[in-house]
Amino acid sequence: MGIYDIIFYLFAAVTLLSAFFVVTTRNIVRAAFFLLFTFFGVAGIYVLLGADFVAIVQLIVYVGGILILLIFGVMITNKITSVDIKTGTVQTLPAAIGVGLFTGIIGAVILNTDWFVVNSEMPESTLSTLGRMLLNEYVLVFELLGILLLVALIGAASMARK
Amino acid sequence: MFEVTLTHFLVVSTILFSLGIYGIVTRKNAIMVLMGLELILNASNINFIAFARYGNFGLQGQLYALFVIVLAAAEAAIALAIVLNVYKTFVNVNVDEIDELRD
Repeated sequence: MGIYDIIFYLFAAVTLLSAFFVVTTRNIVRAAFFLLFTFFGVAGIYVLLGADFVAIVQLIVYVGGILILLIFGVMITNKITSVDIKTGTVQTLPAAIGVGLFTGIIGAVILNTDWFVVNSEMPESTLSTLGRMLLNEYVLVFELLGILLLVALIGAASMARK
Repeated sequence: MFEVTLTHFLVVSTILFSLGIYGIVTRKNAIMVLMGLELILNASNINFIAFARYGNFGLQGQLYALFVIVLAAAEAAIALAIVLNVYKTFVNVNVDEIDELRD
């Protein structure tokens, strides 16, 4: 059990524990902060898998963008000074049973499958390869995503302004 | 057993996915439902990148993970705009109380 394995277990524990608190804590602001730790843990797992650029993008977009957006949503839609910012849950027991069954089945399938693994060596940096792919084979997807982001920006702005 | 292989990453992503489903199903507040959605997207990204690392596919998995992150950003922006409108109309964002269309 090398240092790589220890770091993996650390990041996996951080990710799963904070994700568990995200879905169980009753305070919305606390859930948002646990979501921060989940995103950090997932970024660490990306780094362990050799995906350095995706990890950085995860930190910038998720932590810097989406999480801030969610916290803004919490602040705007809950009167923090007067009403409590707690949130209720419904039907926790059936949901827990169903999700537990689902996890058990998928986990059994994963553990019993004989995965064909090719241990390709990790590239030094994925950045240049990703950039080349993005502007060669995937240039159409790249442009479409740009248009999608523009449409989402205009749509969100016009919807929120009304 | 303790050495990290593809299976470990898949199990982590499965548990993260299930927690996201649990959050979506049980939460009343629409923003908490969105947080569950983000957990699910992260789980799918871990799968993409794990298969990119342990399969022989080059870096396509990482590229698709980037696409998923972009889509998640667009989805969060649109969803928050919708939640704001719902809040203006109903003064709360509890998804179980917003049932005007049913009447």
